[in-house]
Amino acid sequence: MAGAAERPLSPHLQIYRPMLTMMMSIVHRITGVALYFGTLLLVIWLVAAASSPAAFDTVNGLYGSWIGLLVLVGYSWALIHHALGGIRHFIWDTGAGFGPEAREWMARATIGGSIGLTILLWIIIWLVKG
Amino acid sequence: MSTSSGSTSMRTPRRRVAGLGSARSGTGHFWLQRVTALSNLILVVICLPIVIGMAGQGHAGVVATLGNPLVAIALLLLLLSVCMHMRIGMQVVIEDYVHAEGAKVLALIANSFFTIAVGFAGAFAILKISFGG
Repeated sequence: MAGAAERPLSPHLQIYRPMLTMMMSIVHRITGVALYFGTLLLVIWLVAAASSPAAFDTVNGLYGSWIGLLVLVGYSWALIHHALGGIRHFIWDTGAGFGPEAREWMARATIGGSIGLTILLWIIIWLVKG
Repeated sequence: MSTSSGSTSMRTPRRRVAGLGSARSGTGHFWLQRVTALSNLILVVICLPIVIGMAGQGHAGVVATLGNPLVAIALLLLLLSVCMHMRIGMQVVIEDYVHAEGAKVLALIANSFFTIAVGFAGAFAILKISFGG
């Protein structure tokens, strides 16, 4: 590229052995991007509700289908995982949690917590729906 | 490593002529990402029970729930907070992976268009329902 300086390159992904903390960092970004497009699901649902009962029923039917529910479960997991990852970043922002044990523990808590809370969420939804 | 010049400067000649260094907007975005992350967290916790309550309800039930001003305000705040967070978050992703100048600028513009359009569409829908439409 014209005018580009010869900057030193930092080592990238292929250099490193995959680690849990590294995977959590990557998944945080992937879930962020997924949620970016997932917000559309909420807005489509809201616009349908504002349009007409028929439009709302169509969207509700789509979301209630097995593939729709699969997407919603994935969306809720991404939201919870990204939220827990965000809390981890808040802890790091205070300067705490950078030690080998703490960061490993928090990485496990993020993945375990997100899966556990997603299951809990859908049990609650299932109970409310009856 | 440096073969073209003896200088240790990381700035390109063009940057040096144009007097451009750091964009000086990095910390602003960093802070806004944290603030909106906190508001996202608070608002999701508030809105989650509302959304769960609406699960499986028909159109009339959902419209009645969204007709409550407190529900509408909470959802509007969530949407605003989420869309701001989405916009600067995606901007970081684009700046990390899209290096061609033209594609990067177009992607950044598309990011602004998308997040603002999504936010306004959602806000309009909430307001229309809440105002009784």
